[in-house]
Amino acid sequence: MKKFALSLSVVVLAGSLQMVSAGDITGKITLKGTPPPPLDLPFDDTCSKLHPTILTTRFYVVGKDNGLANVFVYISKGLEGKKFTPSTQVAELDQVGCNYNPYVFGVMVGQPVRIKNSDPLMHNIHALPKVDGNSEFNFAEPSQGDINDTKWIENIKAPEVMVKLKCDVHGWMYAYAGVQAHPYFAVSDADGNFKIANVPAGSYTLTAYHLKAHGSKPGETQDITVADSPVTANFTVEVPPPQ
Amino acid sequence: MSLTQTNNNWLKRYAVFTALATFVLVCVGGLVTSHGAGLAVPDWPQSCGYNMFFFPISKWVGGVFFEHIHRLDASLVGFLTTILALWLFGYKSRPLLSWAGGVFMAAGAVLCLVFPAHAAENLLLSVVGLAGFVAAFFWPSCEPAPKWLRVLGIAAFAAVVIQGVLGGFRVKYLMDQLGIFHATLAQLFFLLICGIALFQTDFWQRLPVRAEADRHHFRLFLSVTTGLILAQLILGATMRHQHAGLAIPDFPAAYGKIWPDTGAAAIERYNQNRQEVFAYQPITAAQVELQMVHRILALLIFAAVALCAWRTWNHLGWRHWLTRFSSVWFGLVAAQVLLGAATIWTGKSADVATAHVACGALCLATGGLASIVSFRLLAAPMSQTRRVEKNEVTSLLASSSITAK
Repeated sequence: MKKFALSLSVVVLAGSLQMVSAGDITGKITLKGTPPPPLDLPFDDTCSKLHPTILTTRFYVVGKDNGLANVFVYISKGLEGKKFTPSTQVAELDQVGCNYNPYVFGVMVGQPVRIKNSDPLMHNIHALPKVDGNSEFNFAEPSQGDINDTKWIENIKAPEVMVKLKCDVHGWMYAYAGVQAHPYFAVSDADGNFKIANVPAGSYTLTAYHLKAHGSKPGETQDITVADSPVTANFTVEVPPPQ
Repeated sequence: MSLTQTNNNWLKRYAVFTALATFVLVCVGGLVTSHGAGLAVPDWPQSCGYNMFFFPISKWVGGVFFEHIHRLDASLVGFLTTILALWLFGYKSRPLLSWAGGVFMAAGAVLCLVFPAHAAENLLLSVVGLAGFVAAFFWPSCEPAPKWLRVLGIAAFAAVVIQGVLGGFRVKYLMDQLGIFHATLAQLFFLLICGIALFQTDFWQRLPVRAEADRHHFRLFLSVTTGLILAQLILGATMRHQHAGLAIPDFPAAYGKIWPDTGAAAIERYNQNRQEVFAYQPITAAQVELQMVHRILALLIFAAVALCAWRTWNHLGWRHWLTRFSSVWFGLVAAQVLLGAATIWTGKSADVATAHVACGALCLATGGLASIVSFRLLAAPMSQTRRVEKNEVTSLLASSSITAK
């Protein structure tokens, strides 16, 4: 029985090692410092009915071992001149419970984005890109189940970190999208972990950008070399000092 | 033709009512920007695909409520202004009403047949035409107002149309800059309607025309101070339409200093430390500086209006109309300064910020009307001097001719 358990453990371990394929970049974002407490979202009566508890702002979402969520990690240098076919996988931005889900997401230029309203009330989706080549857009999804697959792809045509989306009907609703010309990006999960898979061998600069901690700064960077083995790149993001 | 011929009581009341409705519209417009709801209804002239007048009440939620009420209220003010402009033409508007009414009715009916999918809109056009046609039969038979007043009526009509189109284009073409023009024109339009209402009143009729000389340059002083208020309102509109929330979160200090640091590192720090629930844009150095200019100009205006009130009281006495106007003006500007401070202390609470916009409109209107009244009451000091000089020369010539004889 012990032998069986041991051999099973070896198989599981080997399998999990195989899942981290060569060329993967993995890492963890850790927050240093104490962030200000989140603020309650000022839901109106209609939105309050959708929530038993009050939701808060998501400026700093901190998980296990100070892992920081919602950090956009991407290769910022090393892929110049290379062309990539846009992913056909549909990214989804849902308006649910008078909030955007996900709060931060990443997409490729040309990748389809589905914008969906799961709430039984009206929202509008107002994108505010700043980079040349991207156009501001604003449209309404008045009813539950409304879906739009075209607005994003028609208007967002250039890489940008980050494109802000907001709802003018409910002023506290906003989300951000990191747009890249290549598929090598990720958003850190609830515990601050991220994984960028199948990166071709080469030398790159990896950037980790957090909306509140970095603001108009480019974010934290690390030079990495990807070969046949997985690369680990951990980042520490500091809470900015008070003004 | 004298103004009294057209100055019937109903037109007087109607003009005042239009001014009040316009003030309400300015307040609702303030609510829209204070709630960041200007783009909550993303299309125009339709509302979320519906005809504006048939937009279901069930969908008036959140920011849509403020924006849609603003559109409806704007339509009402547009309608009231059209009637006011026509009324100033007196009985001469009657043929225009019946002809235009007939054309609208026919156009609505034809469009119903050509575009049956838009039957509701076309029917509405016919109903408006019918209303105009019927109104022509009951139209007041008063004499037209003087030409200058009719011109003001046409200007008001043109302004309300341009204002509507500006508002619509701001939504349709997502241009924040248009919002600034929209807000500024709103203030000027309110002043214009208040002016038209003033000219209808008995008060205006009874004012002695240039009975005294403007020895203390009140006309210039009042007008320039009103101009400063207009400039201040444009600055305020610019700040509001940048959708950046409070560029400076404290008052009377600015980021704890008399003049805040506007270097790139400082601006970065301000943005990182902002804890805004709403989706505001990051602030910039220019926005911080703009708010500082707004504060300085507020101080200047406060001092200038206080001086107006003091000087009119001192030189004209408290019973004089200009003293009364200036006193009310001073009260409004003092309230406006407090509301400005409260806007910051409450973290730009929507109601307080709206009250600040509304009080700003009242400050401009009061200053504008006081200036108009000053030009009615006071004669230019230069002309008085010239008259005296002319009299002196005449008497001198007369005496010299007597001597020659």
